[in-house]
Amino acid sequence: MTVKVTTTVNGNQVSGDVEPNTLLVHFIRENLELTGTHVGCDTSQCGACTVHVDGRPVKSCTMLAVQAEGHEVTTIEGIGEEGNLHPMQAAFQEEHGLQCGFCTPGMIMASIGIVDRNKDNLSEEVVRHELEGNICRCTGYHNIVKSVLAGARDM
Amino acid sequence: MYNFTYHRAGSVDEAASLISDNEDAKLLAGGMTLLPTMKQRLAMPSDLVDLNEIGDLSGISVDGGTVTIGATTRHADVAASADVQAAIPALAALANQIGDPQVRNRGTIGGSLANADPAADYPAAVVGLGATVVTNKREIAGDDFFVDMFETALDEGEIITAVRFPVPQKASYFKFPNPASRYPIVGVMVAVTDAGVRVGITGAAPSAFRNAEMEAALGSNFSVDALDGISVDADGLNEDMHASAAYRASLVSTGAKRAVAAIA
Repeated sequence: MTVKVTTTVNGNQVSGDVEPNTLLVHFIRENLELTGTHVGCDTSQCGACTVHVDGRPVKSCTMLAVQAEGHEVTTIEGIGEEGNLHPMQAAFQEEHGLQCGFCTPGMIMASIGIVDRNKDNLSEEVVRHELEGNICRCTGYHNIVKSVLAGARDM
Repeated sequence: MYNFTYHRAGSVDEAASLISDNEDAKLLAGGMTLLPTMKQRLAMPSDLVDLNEIGDLSGISVDGGTVTIGATTRHADVAASADVQAAIPALAALANQIGDPQVRNRGTIGGSLANADPAADYPAAVVGLGATVVTNKREIAGDDFFVDMFETALDEGEIITAVRFPVPQKASYFKFPNPASRYPIVGVMVAVTDAGVRVGITGAAPSAFRNAEMEAALGSNFSVDALDGISVDADGLNEDMHASAAYRASLVSTGAKRAVAAIA
């Protein structure tokens, strides 16, 4: 039996009928057709599905769509757009913080959270430590860390 | 994930009545263990009773010598709480080492305790700090809460509402994390309280436990040296692909010394 879910995604009120076992990430990708949020490992480890719920990064593969009822969800599509990128998106582009790009939306959403939580004490060490919920399998984290620090300067 | 019927509980009483009628129902808090378990089809509850929208189940208060943390308070909120950092900095530090930032933004203290994973962090704090687990029916002493691997003193359908931590004179948590999962292979909470020294250990055995020999030695001489010569029996400790029982026993000794060294 489907359940109606009404939530706010990227500032817009949306609703849809979902099965109770629908994960938030599938609601975002399939019902709302916002495919910037990726499914990587599907086991709560890789962070590719990271979105913000009420301003805080969470793994949308480990939350039910019905649990977003009444909450505010922000996806990678909601933070910037072509020609008007979020400072963190621009920094990933400028500092070559991606190779294949699959992990990038989750990296950027997690990175904005890192900057939000560590406004006064952001350092390379903090960034490296707090990226532990996100996995890049292309090339390592060096340029990603550079991107986060550069993005933080412009946020 | 098998399908289920979803219930959004508006109060603890409503949640209790929803779960009491149905032995195949499960409570959903942060979902950081339950949802991955269901995704792997290792669990198939008929109903999920979501506790997340019960407002008075979440929050932190400090009253005199007690820190009270609501059951659905997220790990990130415990870690970032100025009140917890001031009263029991070791508890805030422990919360900040659970999983990763995204997990800490969802996972809850009540969910972690009810699940009673042998390798969870919070059990070391509940046992090591002498906390009290408050439920919708009664209060359970931390020493009596953990029964066995994934087994607690909670009755069927009993709901944790809060955890009360007495503020120690000082405390320190040492964690040796699995580098991939961030679960403690061994975690040791050492606390100096008005009632004596407590040493709570997680990760090493089927459930969190205290070490009376260490507590007695530290009670008469709170120093790293006091722990010299106390060997931990590997018999009955956990053994898996990550660490042998003997290695875990060694980590308990080393972890206790490191925790003491941080506050001695």
